[in-house]
Amino acid sequence: MLTVATGNKAVAAAVKEAAPAVVAAYPITPQTEIVEQIAEYVAAKELKSQYIPVESEHSAMAACIGASVTGARTFTATSSHGLHYMHEMVNWAAGARLPIVMANVNRALGPGWNIWAEHTDAFQERDTGWLQVYVGSVQEAYDAVLMAFCIAEDERVLLPVMVNLDGFLLSHTMQPFDVTPVGDFIPPLHLPHAIDPANPGGYGTLTGPDNYFALRWDIERSMRDAVSVIRETQERFFQRFGRRYDMVEEYRCEDADVVVVAVGTLGREAEVAVDLLREEGVRAGSMRIRWLRPFPRLDLSGRDVVVIDRDYSFGFGGILARSIAATTGVNPTSVIAGLGGQEVTYEDIAGFVRDREPGKETWFGVTNDV
Amino acid sequence: MFEVRIHSRGGQGGVTAARLLALAAVRDGKYATACPFYGAERRGAPVVSFVRIDDRAIRVSSQIRRPDLVVVLDPSVMDVVDVLQGIKPSGRVLLNAREPRDMAGHPVFTVDLTGIALRERLEVAGSPILNTPVLGALAKMGIITMESAKSAITEMFSDPRNVSAAEAAYRELVA
Repeated sequence: MLTVATGNKAVAAAVKEAAPAVVAAYPITPQTEIVEQIAEYVAAKELKSQYIPVESEHSAMAACIGASVTGARTFTATSSHGLHYMHEMVNWAAGARLPIVMANVNRALGPGWNIWAEHTDAFQERDTGWLQVYVGSVQEAYDAVLMAFCIAEDERVLLPVMVNLDGFLLSHTMQPFDVTPVGDFIPPLHLPHAIDPANPGGYGTLTGPDNYFALRWDIERSMRDAVSVIRETQERFFQRFGRRYDMVEEYRCEDADVVVVAVGTLGREAEVAVDLLREEGVRAGSMRIRWLRPFPRLDLSGRDVVVIDRDYSFGFGGILARSIAATTGVNPTSVIAGLGGQEVTYEDIAGFVRDREPGKETWFGVTNDV
Repeated sequence: MFEVRIHSRGGQGGVTAARLLALAAVRDGKYATACPFYGAERRGAPVVSFVRIDDRAIRVSSQIRRPDLVVVLDPSVMDVVDVLQGIKPSGRVLLNAREPRDMAGHPVFTVDLTGIALRERLEVAGSPILNTPVLGALAKMGIITMESAKSAITEMFSDPRNVSAAEAAYRELVA
């Protein structure tokens, strides 16, 4: 059934399908609508989750950890400052190998106080051991949440998954999406290391220098194995529901001389810029990175590359541009654009391509006067 | 792609109007997106929301700068906002007003949505509901079909007066 709703409502609808045993909730703009809608499902008995309205985001993740360690499926949602307030527990969730699914509505960090889209909030969590996927449409938000549970809970992965959607541009934008019930698409969760009162044992005790590294390596091994689990899950999703996803969404890249790389809604807007440039005779293509962790292998050799970062690492550079330079060896043109919801149109993106200069970093909108 | 900008005041239902229009377009078999511009708005302040309608999936998220149609749900915003900003040379204007007025030579469509809502006793907390009747006017203008307008309204609202108000707006629209 095709309906029209916001990205937030789509995430909530997908959570209803996944039916987690526990949902921990603390509101923050622009995510609040997700946990509000889930609360309505629970109140209407359409969803039989234990709904825990906690007192902070740190507690939201702690509640998910406590529930997940018993083998229960768990979900929470947050944004920006909320994500960072739970940072300690975000690390804990991955270290304890708990398949928690969290929606993060990407929003800038203050001050200056700002509620609009930016990716720095989630990019700052990139080294925690969470898988991260970024979506480009309301349908994709719905689909990504469903697949996130399958991927997180796969025994080859057993790591938490963060589903990211752009604040307002997706969280509050209404688009048509298909809410077909998922049936048995998400298998029941079996957590091999779930605690069991009938079989008491130590958990989370001191891990000394002789063992700690092995646990860290095991996270990395699972992160590498996650690539094939993601591919399998996306293929199974396509077979079942007819919508195809990849690690990276490529658009008109086959014969492209120049490729724009971006994340989220900017990656979709870039496709329109590609069409515009093609009409001008520029052989352009675009790649929208969906999975930031595990980071995809991009084939960019022999092409000019323009990377748009809606994020920044001060004293270093655009996080995406630097990651691509490090993993592919290309020397991209780096454009910092869209920070704090800064308006970036497909015409602007076409301009980034026309003005490209490999190795140069440009901040969109920054002039001698700024 | 057909782009619409809706002007209203916070609390008047401009966002819901945008959602209804998008839903009706989807029921017509098209693709549509609807989004409000979120700023530091509050009840009573001028606000805008946007609708895009196309035959294929819409990949643009940036704001509408050159609308094909401007809808003014509350004419008093015209005292403080230039509702014609960026409108295409061929762009049309739909006004909630009793009398037509000149809008810099753009084709103007007029309908008294407030009067229709009051007549149908379609009110929330004493304010007339404008977002369901406006769908009738948009159907008359050919943006959506009346069948889909009614279907979108009944999917979102159970009170049948919403549909009769839309039918009244369809009949009473003056080009």
